[in-house]
Amino acid sequence: MSMTNPLAKARGLGSAKEGVHHWYAQRASALLLLVLIGWLFYAMVKLAGADYSAARDFIAWPVNAAFLIMLIVTMLYHAMLGLQVVIEDYVHHPVLEVVFFFITRAGAYFGMALGIINVLKLALGA
Amino acid sequence: MKAKQRPVSPFMIGPYYKPQLTSIMSITHRASGVFLSVIGAPLLLWWLFAVSSGPEAYGAMLECMGGLLGKLAVAVTVLCLSFHMLNGIRHLVWDTGRALDIKSAYTAGTMVLIGTVVLTAIMLGVLL
Repeated sequence: MSMTNPLAKARGLGSAKEGVHHWYAQRASALLLLVLIGWLFYAMVKLAGADYSAARDFIAWPVNAAFLIMLIVTMLYHAMLGLQVVIEDYVHHPVLEVVFFFITRAGAYFGMALGIINVLKLALGA
Repeated sequence: MKAKQRPVSPFMIGPYYKPQLTSIMSITHRASGVFLSVIGAPLLLWWLFAVSSGPEAYGAMLECMGGLLGKLAVAVTVLCLSFHMLNGIRHLVWDTGRALDIKSAYTAGTMVLIGTVVLTAIMLGVLL
C-alpha cells in the first residue's frame, strides 16, 4: 500500500519535495535562452568586424549590459545542469563523479562572476 | 563466487543498430551542448574580458580569432549553437507531449537540420 497522495506521486515530489526541480530548471532556462540567444545573434551581426570603441559602447548601454549578464548567468546555469546529466550518465566512478560535479559547478560560478564583473566594469564606465 | 556473464543490451551507437536520424540527432544534441559549455561559453567570456581590458587586448583577441584555429572555433561554436537552439525547440515541444509520433519526429528533425544549415551559413557569412 502506498502512503503517497496520488497527486504528489504524479508531480514526482519525494520526501525532499524537489523531484522534478532539475528537469524543470533545465527547460525553464532553455526557454529563457531562446530569447537571450536571439539577442546574442543580433549582437554578433551588429558587432562583426566592429572596432574597439563600438564594441565597448555596445556593451556599456544598460539594456545590452542587462541582456549580456542575463545571458551569461542563464547560459552557464543551463550548461551546469546539462553537464551534470552527461556526467551522471557516463562517469561510473563514484568519487570521480563528485569531482567532476565540483569542477563543473565551480567553473560555472567562476564564469558567472567573471562575466558580471566585466560587464559592470564597462557599463559603469571604469 | 564468480559473477554470471549475463547478456547485456547492445549500445545504441555501434554495429548493432542501424543509425537513425532521431538517435544521431539525440547524441549530437548532447555533444553540441558539451562543446558549447567547454569552448563556446569561454569564447564569449574571453571576448568580453578582452573588451573590458582595453584596445590592445581587444586587438590581440581579434587577431587570434582571425587565425585558422580561431576561425574554426568560431565556426564550430556557431554551428553547435544553431543546432542546439533549434533542436532544443524540438525537445521543448516534445516536453509538452506534442509531436511525439515517429513521422513528426522525423519531419521536425529534418526542419531542424535545414534550419541549422541556413542559420549557420548566414551567421558565418556575417562573422568570417
